[in-house]
Amino acid sequence: MTRALTGVLVIARRDLAAYLNSAWGWVMVAAVLFVNGLMFNAYALGDRPRYSHEVLELFFYFSSGTTMIAAVLITMRLIAEERQTGTDVLLEGAPLPDGAIVAGKYLSAMAFLSGLILMSVYMPALIFVNGKIGVSHILAGYAGLFALGSAVVAIGTFGSSLARSQVVAAVLGGALVVALLICWLLARVTSPPFAGVLEYMSLFDRHFRPFMEGRIQTDGLVYYATITLLMLYATTRVISWRRWR
Amino acid sequence: MAIVNVRNLVRYYGGLRALDEVGFSVDKGEIVGVLGLNGAGKTTCLRILAGLLTPTAGKVDIGGRDVLDDPIGVRSLVGFLPEEPPLYREMTVDAYLRHTGRLKGMTRAEVEARLPEACERTGLDDVTRRRIIGELSHGYRKRVGIAQAILHNPPLVILDEPISGLDPAQIVEMRKTIGALRREHSVMVSSHILTEISQTCDRILVFHEGRLIAEGTEEALAGKAGRCLELTVRGSSERVDAVLAGHDAVTEHSSFISDEGFVTVSVRLSEDVGELDGSPEQADDGREGLIAALVAAGLGIRRVVESDGELESVFLGITGAKSASVPESEEGESLGEPKEALPRRETDVREAN
Repeated sequence: MTRALTGVLVIARRDLAAYLNSAWGWVMVAAVLFVNGLMFNAYALGDRPRYSHEVLELFFYFSSGTTMIAAVLITMRLIAEERQTGTDVLLEGAPLPDGAIVAGKYLSAMAFLSGLILMSVYMPALIFVNGKIGVSHILAGYAGLFALGSAVVAIGTFGSSLARSQVVAAVLGGALVVALLICWLLARVTSPPFAGVLEYMSLFDRHFRPFMEGRIQTDGLVYYATITLLMLYATTRVISWRRWR
Repeated sequence: MAIVNVRNLVRYYGGLRALDEVGFSVDKGEIVGVLGLNGAGKTTCLRILAGLLTPTAGKVDIGGRDVLDDPIGVRSLVGFLPEEPPLYREMTVDAYLRHTGRLKGMTRAEVEARLPEACERTGLDDVTRRRIIGELSHGYRKRVGIAQAILHNPPLVILDEPISGLDPAQIVEMRKTIGALRREHSVMVSSHILTEISQTCDRILVFHEGRLIAEGTEEALAGKAGRCLELTVRGSSERVDAVLAGHDAVTEHSSFISDEGFVTVSVRLSEDVGELDGSPEQADDGREGLIAALVAAGLGIRRVVESDGELESVFLGITGAKSASVPESEEGESLGEPKEALPRRETDVREAN
């Protein structure tokens, strides 16, 4: 157990260092912060007066989009790149359970994404200083962003395990995210009980809106945790299956 | 004492049987060569031993641990270098080796204690250790690959095509490096460069179409492959071919017409012929009868040379002989990139009888 945990941390540390030492990692950070800043100025602040809480809700609304895109882009290289360069042999030949490999990968991507999410905190801070919002609203919104980011990182990790090419991995991960995003649309044109199921599966509409509005809902946290665990389990199975294929 | 025991190992890729009832063992401190054409099943076998693939059937035991019952335990006993070293090119050699050591379950203190020795044995000096892997030559990258394979001091080190892509000077260095590993490890080396196997290894496993068709020292394998003769004959090549094709002692032959107009013939003789007559010392091992048959057919013998069972001819002799008895459908592994085929010595080999 201790060895597996050490393995998780060793893998996570190397991958995180790879993100931080690559131009790609910093270009992505810059791009996401740029888009977030632009959206905040043009969309959230807008051209008409708004209540502070409305501005904050809009900030979390578009931040969820950039978080999902960033998560897919961060994770596309996680396992696909290892296969592409042949370093998967190093991981799969290590005396570690496959779950530890996946956990290490997930942890590194999540750590990088968390840093990226936290870099946007200056925008809610501006609203807090210049407007009237509660800290709890900010905390709830960020809890939602981390939970949503965690689910998308897990989906992206799964996509990355299916492909040797990073581009294909990103497409697969992106397709899964989009499929879960549009579940609420499908729910509208489907009859019960499928409508209920599809609505519950909706990645954003059903589960993220409460966080946007400053409410932490257990329902949403359970949903994102379930998606995260299911996707990480599926990734582990893919790696194990490769030994048997 | 055997460190590796493989019995009845079978591996399928879908419907393809890549390994078929393979069995062998490797003793402590032994360097074993794994020889075979591309697609023979070498890499599949080595990847199973390294814990990267799971066997479909059979028993693989490394250091007393079964690959199916205790795969993680087995992986801790093996150091593996694939054909393309698994390197993170953006890391320095030292950082990479520290990372792989920790990945293999070593503590920081253990890594620091083993690192200088692993680097010394693979010829990585202090300057090289501080360099970025991406800037190293192919030969040095292979060395870093071997260093990661031996860093955790595993009883079994597996090197898949360790000399591919190296220049002659690097090959000599690599040979020394592999030789030095026997002090602490059993080593399995795969290659399709036959001379390399013969110079580096104590014993050779010959794979062909997923089967282990021969195993032993080079000398023992030469015996299995049969004796070879090279003859220079005056006369028509059709008549030479007719005599050779009808002769019981000849298992295979090839011929071509030399610039001087003579027929140059390579002949492989059956191993069984010598045992048919009289005492071993007096028995005709096939040579006399063959030459007599050629002379009786009105052909002139200008030159007879007995070729020394070089590994390449031994290999071709063994695999050529076995090809006739192995079903074509039992193709070898499907893993890996296409590689250049082993050059056949003869282009005109025909089975006799």
